[in-house]
Amino acid sequence: MPDEFLIRAGLAGIGLSVAAGPLGSFVVWRRMAYIGDATAHASILGVALALATSLPIYAGTVTVALAMAFAVTALGGRGHAADTVLGVLAHSALALGLVAVSFVPGLRVDLSAYLFGDVLAVSRYDLIWVWGGSLIILALLAWRWSGLLTATLNEELAQAAGLDPRREKLALVIALALVVAVAIKIVGALLIAALLIIPAATAHNMARSPEAMAAGATGVGIVSVLGGLWGSLRFDTPAGPSIVVAAAFLFVLGLAFGTVRR
Amino acid sequence: MSGMSGEPGVSLIKAAGLTVRRGAVTVISAVSIAIDPGEIVTIVGPNGSGKSSLVRALIGLEPLTQGAVIRREGLRIGYVPQRLHIDAGLPMTVRRFLSLPRPVSDAEADAALARTGVAALGRQQLSRLSGGQLQRVLLARAILSDPEILILDEPTQGMDQTGSAGFYRLLAELRAETGVAVLLVSHDLHVVMSASDRIICLNGHICCEGAPQVVSAAPEYRALFGLGTGGALALYRHEHDHAHDHEHDHEHDHDRDHGPTDHSHRHHNHEAEDAG
Repeated sequence: MPDEFLIRAGLAGIGLSVAAGPLGSFVVWRRMAYIGDATAHASILGVALALATSLPIYAGTVTVALAMAFAVTALGGRGHAADTVLGVLAHSALALGLVAVSFVPGLRVDLSAYLFGDVLAVSRYDLIWVWGGSLIILALLAWRWSGLLTATLNEELAQAAGLDPRREKLALVIALALVVAVAIKIVGALLIAALLIIPAATAHNMARSPEAMAAGATGVGIVSVLGGLWGSLRFDTPAGPSIVVAAAFLFVLGLAFGTVRR
Repeated sequence: MSGMSGEPGVSLIKAAGLTVRRGAVTVISAVSIAIDPGEIVTIVGPNGSGKSSLVRALIGLEPLTQGAVIRREGLRIGYVPQRLHIDAGLPMTVRRFLSLPRPVSDAEADAALARTGVAALGRQQLSRLSGGQLQRVLLARAILSDPEILILDEPTQGMDQTGSAGFYRLLAELRAETGVAVLLVSHDLHVVMSASDRIICLNGHICCEGAPQVVSAAPEYRALFGLGTGGALALYRHEHDHAHDHEHDHEHDHDRDHGPTDHSHRHHNHEAEDAG
């Protein structure tokens, strides 16, 4: 029987994967990887603000991630100019967060827990956050699923069918902001995007339908989390990065398998 | 200039004085057009003449600078966009695609695919389809909503002549079976669908419009356009309602955008006159 902290870590990772699979698939389909990164990086500023104001960390990260998400949506997304502005915003927010923390009087906080995650220290309170947030994301995606897929495939087709692609995109960036808040404790701000993209990319190699890819991404994510936790204990490595390494390992395995199969 | 036809109130879509500007560029100006039930209308014009913008404006996808579009209440539009870039990262079978965003039954999906001649493709991935197959799948999706009008933006782009002819024939059959109106966009100034009731030539504004003049008797034309197409392709005598000073100095820049094609277009027209 594994230790309780390990069970909590596993449950948190599984909770995150439940949302990250479908959401990560959309990130891959719509090429929003950089938006995911920007939102995640900005959340460090949220951590700093939360520490300074003694608000819960989750409230701070959700707020800043949402603000970032809205800013990104307003920029319109895919153009080159928007790309540059995104880079400016994301890294400025990250740096500002790192600087701001040092100004908080009497505070000695090790930010690495937020940069790289601290999944082995997940509490029951964190678990409620992770699962609650994940289920909200999942519900949001399920509710908009058809419209999201149509808008992802072709914006004109979606418009002609009476959908508003901007609204669908907004649903996605809100989900992204939420997943950042959920995942920051598990893999940390710097590696959240990895956990969105790598399992989805792995699942892509074997999926024939969008739904299969989303479910497959969740499955790959869960295996990555459990594998990473095992590796972290076995080799005494940091848990968050170990999870991402496990995901990357599965991706390479999938590629090799796909090549052999073809 | 006016594209109005039929009696007021019966048109499926009616637009009056449409002007679309993007920044300082006027894409289309003062275009009036009406599509009646069961009509096949082809809009031709060179690249950049505002065809797609006009179609998008008619559907309500393009913000209007001036003018108004009136769609009959509850009008069911089957829309086939100009390009559907399928990202290979998104796995999607043809069957799944037909259920987006409105789920349809397997029977409906099979019937639609069979009707557009791609019955066997249901399990294929969208990203693996050829251009012609994809257009037929898009058409199948469009007819699933039992539309009163089909709007297709350059559906035969990238198809060979036999493929285009087959596709046009299919549209004509659909119209005959269901009475659906068809609004087509084509950049091909001289080969248009012979079943068209009206051709509208657009170049920022409506240059001219009227019934297509089918040149079918002369063997030269059959050899060039008619052979093996079952008469689905026709020549349209491209006549403007204003004089041209010089063959290559067109005031609407048809030639610049359409150099080589336009040469042959004129060439064939001359032969038409010779033969006729």
